[in-house]
Amino acid sequence: MKRTFPKPISISAQILLDRERCVLCARCTRFSEQISGDPFIALVERGALQQVGKYADDPYNSYFSGNVVQICPVGALTSASYRFQSRPFDLVSTDSTCEHCAGGCQLRVDHRHFQVKRRLAGDAPEVNEEWNCDKGRFAFVSGRGEDRLKHPLVREDGALRVASWAEAIDAAVAGLQAAGPSVGVLTGGRLTIEDAYGYSKFARLVLGTNNIDFRSRPASAEEAGFLAAEVAGRTLGEGVTYSALEAAKRVVLVSLEPEEESPLIFLRLRKAVRKRKLAVTTLAPFATNGSTKLGATVIPTAPGDEAAHLAGLDLDGDSVILVGERAASLPGTLTAVADLAGRTGAKLSWVPRRAGDRGALEAGALPGLLPGGRPVADRAARVDVAAAWGADSLPAHSGLDVNGMLEAVEVGDLKALLVAGIEPDDFAVAERVRSACEAAGFVVSLETRLSEVSQRADVVFPIALLEEHAGTFWNWEHRPGRVNTVISTPNPSMTDLRVLAALADALGQPLGIRTPRQALAELTELGVWEGPRATPKAAAPAPTGEGPVVATWRQLLDGGAGMDGEEALAATAKPAVARLSPATAAAAGLTEATEVSIVTGKGTFSLPLEVTAEMVDGTVWVPTRWPGACLADFGLVAGDRVQLGGGLR
Amino acid sequence: MTDLLTPVLSANWGQDHSWGIDAYRAQGGYDAVAKALALTPDAVTGIVKDAGLRGRGGAGFPTGMKWSFVPKDNPNPKYLVVNADESEPGTCKDMPLLMASPHTLVEGMIIASYAIGCHTAFAYVRGEVLHVIRRLQQAVAQAYEAGLLGKDIQGSGYDLDIIVHAGAGAYICGEETALLDSLEGRRGQPRLRPPFPAVAGLYASPTVINNVESIASVPSIINRGAAWFSSMGTEKSKGMTIYSLSGHVKRPGQFEAPLGITLRQLLELSGGIREGHELKFWTPGGSSTPILTPDHLDTPLDYEGMAGVGSMLGTKALQVFDETTSVVRTTLRWVEFYKHESCGKCTPCREGSWWLVQLLKKFEAGHAVDGDVDKLLDVCDDIGGKSFCALADGAVACVTSAVRHFRPEFEAGYATPAWELFPYGRSALFPVAEGGHA
Repeated sequence: MKRTFPKPISISAQILLDRERCVLCARCTRFSEQISGDPFIALVERGALQQVGKYADDPYNSYFSGNVVQICPVGALTSASYRFQSRPFDLVSTDSTCEHCAGGCQLRVDHRHFQVKRRLAGDAPEVNEEWNCDKGRFAFVSGRGEDRLKHPLVREDGALRVASWAEAIDAAVAGLQAAGPSVGVLTGGRLTIEDAYGYSKFARLVLGTNNIDFRSRPASAEEAGFLAAEVAGRTLGEGVTYSALEAAKRVVLVSLEPEEESPLIFLRLRKAVRKRKLAVTTLAPFATNGSTKLGATVIPTAPGDEAAHLAGLDLDGDSVILVGERAASLPGTLTAVADLAGRTGAKLSWVPRRAGDRGALEAGALPGLLPGGRPVADRAARVDVAAAWGADSLPAHSGLDVNGMLEAVEVGDLKALLVAGIEPDDFAVAERVRSACEAAGFVVSLETRLSEVSQRADVVFPIALLEEHAGTFWNWEHRPGRVNTVISTPNPSMTDLRVLAALADALGQPLGIRTPRQALAELTELGVWEGPRATPKAAAPAPTGEGPVVATWRQLLDGGAGMDGEEALAATAKPAVARLSPATAAAAGLTEATEVSIVTGKGTFSLPLEVTAEMVDGTVWVPTRWPGACLADFGLVAGDRVQLGGGLR
Repeated sequence: MTDLLTPVLSANWGQDHSWGIDAYRAQGGYDAVAKALALTPDAVTGIVKDAGLRGRGGAGFPTGMKWSFVPKDNPNPKYLVVNADESEPGTCKDMPLLMASPHTLVEGMIIASYAIGCHTAFAYVRGEVLHVIRRLQQAVAQAYEAGLLGKDIQGSGYDLDIIVHAGAGAYICGEETALLDSLEGRRGQPRLRPPFPAVAGLYASPTVINNVESIASVPSIINRGAAWFSSMGTEKSKGMTIYSLSGHVKRPGQFEAPLGITLRQLLELSGGIREGHELKFWTPGGSSTPILTPDHLDTPLDYEGMAGVGSMLGTKALQVFDETTSVVRTTLRWVEFYKHESCGKCTPCREGSWWLVQLLKKFEAGHAVDGDVDKLLDVCDDIGGKSFCALADGAVACVTSAVRHFRPEFEAGYATPAWELFPYGRSALFPVAEGGHA
């Protein structure tokens, strides 16, 4: 008599268990206990009835749950999304790099019938070892929706209509020619370094402007200065790596919540904490689940107070400081971080959120930087690049950054925008981006899916999905990760580079590069800048006002556009809550039975309240984005002050 | 006849309130603590070594040698763990000892802890025996009050804490490494050895794990000397021990006698097999030891004697069965126990015991087919020696030995149900309902 069980049982919305296939090797339970630290599954019962069980009250909602599917030797654990979709021997595998964050995880992408069926963590001992996060594993179907762009669109009589490529190029060229150098280029985080380099070169060489910025999010001049001085133009050996994190004695986290914002940094830190007694210190308003799992020392910090706390820290050469990109919205933080590293000899690394951010910086997608970290203000640097590009000269004026461009469009100083892969919701104020797209005289949008920007554009070019083209992402370590063409079709979609090259040709100034290979070769030959680095810029004054300070970061599974179409994954997200310290909640007359209302200048929103012990008083934590809404709708960034209200749930 | 008995551990069991500290002290209890604390730890270990005390939990490893294996240069704390998770079918020696005289164990733990240099000792007691746990907890509390535990015991400068821990009722937790896992708060499953517990045991620190009876024997050795202890027993199996007789005997119970006594002598002490019946088979030390037959009545019940006839001394739990008992049925009940108690860690034991039960059920019901006996032995061969701990070996020992001695009875299972060959009512010690064969 064999054992039979009702099948399958849901370990979580995504992970399913067929118990009669299980051989009780305990790899999954061991992974969840030792690697990810989310022990929501354990062996239960004994003898022949022994089986994997879940905690009675908690589903296995770990950000790393997909790994147990990969390490299950018998296929007893399967994912709701891939279960029975294909036989492994019918799949064709391609190595690639994950596009969801700056971690740079190597992936094995399996496809069949011109469709990606599943993604697995690749074997990359230096980067993600053999793990990845659920977002990287499961979120790859967002390009299969109704909103996928397949043909160029042009605006005619106020509405977008399908156009031929030739017609769309003509329309775009006419609009850009009319605007002359009065064009702003906004590029988003989805771009590979080759595509970002294409935009950087297109802006300078073809449009003749330095108005280019990759930061599709709250950004500051202080940050641009920090990036130019401390980050751009560095190579892998100079910076911090995953291995360096593991070897460090102490790691200080500033404006970075690794489990939510860079999950593989979290796993590597946890490994070092468990095996090498690494001490982790974090500047955060409260002890998160992630910092608890890291055994981190929390320095209770209200947003905006980071600089003061950093000034008091004492580190040494065996220490590493990791600063997250959201430090940009907290004036003085990045300056203080750079000071601390300079003062103590600690290693410093900047951890952006998007996969393309580090590469975009290297490609020169910032107003003050040319490729390789060359300062625009430095004449020698300009000559360097101009010579490589075969141009007489490059624009020397200081370009507008993202905030400057949005302002300039509003007042009519910029006539056109060239936009690639941005979402208004990612910015500090979403409405400002939407209105800028409407106010600009001419908008060209290069997109994979019909976005809020392309809906407002005058010409829209459809761009290949990531799995349809090749390229390179630079991760936060400055390490290149190859993106390979997974799906080859007889009529491949156009890439950003091809469209830019076509526009350049039509504008009479050939771009000189059409393929990722050419772009990377040119960028590599250009090399990094060895001259004097740009000097950092002073911090803007901190905002003042009344009421609790907003602390916020993105949760890994936040209902972003990249997760579209993957419902099982979305169901494993953490619920959106607002957090207050007991004293702050009591002062506002709120209890956990109530919802807390956050009153801002641009409206009010409510979230369920979770009173969090040992949280900094006078702060309110909310997720940056949650399904259905985001802080950008209310123009809120970390460090802003709000008023609290409340009512019964 | 009774001069065969040598009551040492059980000497005070008949005393009024023998479990209280006053009664225990009145008959010289805790004198050995003072004597031991006056010696060096190595001297105490030396006495136990000289006495030739061997582990009473089944394997018979020399206790003094086990203590001396604790590395001296390991910076981690050292631990003593007393295994009181007595759950072997048929075994009933530690529970009566703890019920009647828990202070004997506490005294032994103090001396043993001192000898190995540990300051925290644990007693892991089987969870189901609540009254025993309470007696032991009470005894430990009394010892603390009397200054025999805690800081600076009797002015010697030696500190010791004893923690009584109740198990949760899993047989596997009587296995020493599974016991350690359970004590650490994990799921009770055996660990791979090496490293042995003496090097990396509880909390990865050097740990000595001893049976209740081994530790309880220590005070008498300290009091009366190694020579006295080694004067009892046989050449290689020294001292006295508790034999537990159960089954088809007239007066079942605990008999404390020198090692090397024979079953024939023990049967005489207990009044023999029940009236009108004769011995068919017996286990020397619980169900995990291979069964023996009347041919072995005169084999000395010591470690070597039992090994010499292909069995083990085990826990000295002598289960005696007369000629009305079906070997097939008995074996099936034992294997059902192992199937239920297999922790599930090792596939051979987890799956094998599951299949053994199914096979044996066919034998019992007379539905087995030609060749099933060999299949049974085959499955046993796949289990024994192929798992982490001795539970797997114990599970197959009763099957292989039963087939060795009573193969025709198994082969009868090809045609005839066991309950027709051996009507179950006849082997019952107490009246059972007509036709019941469970």
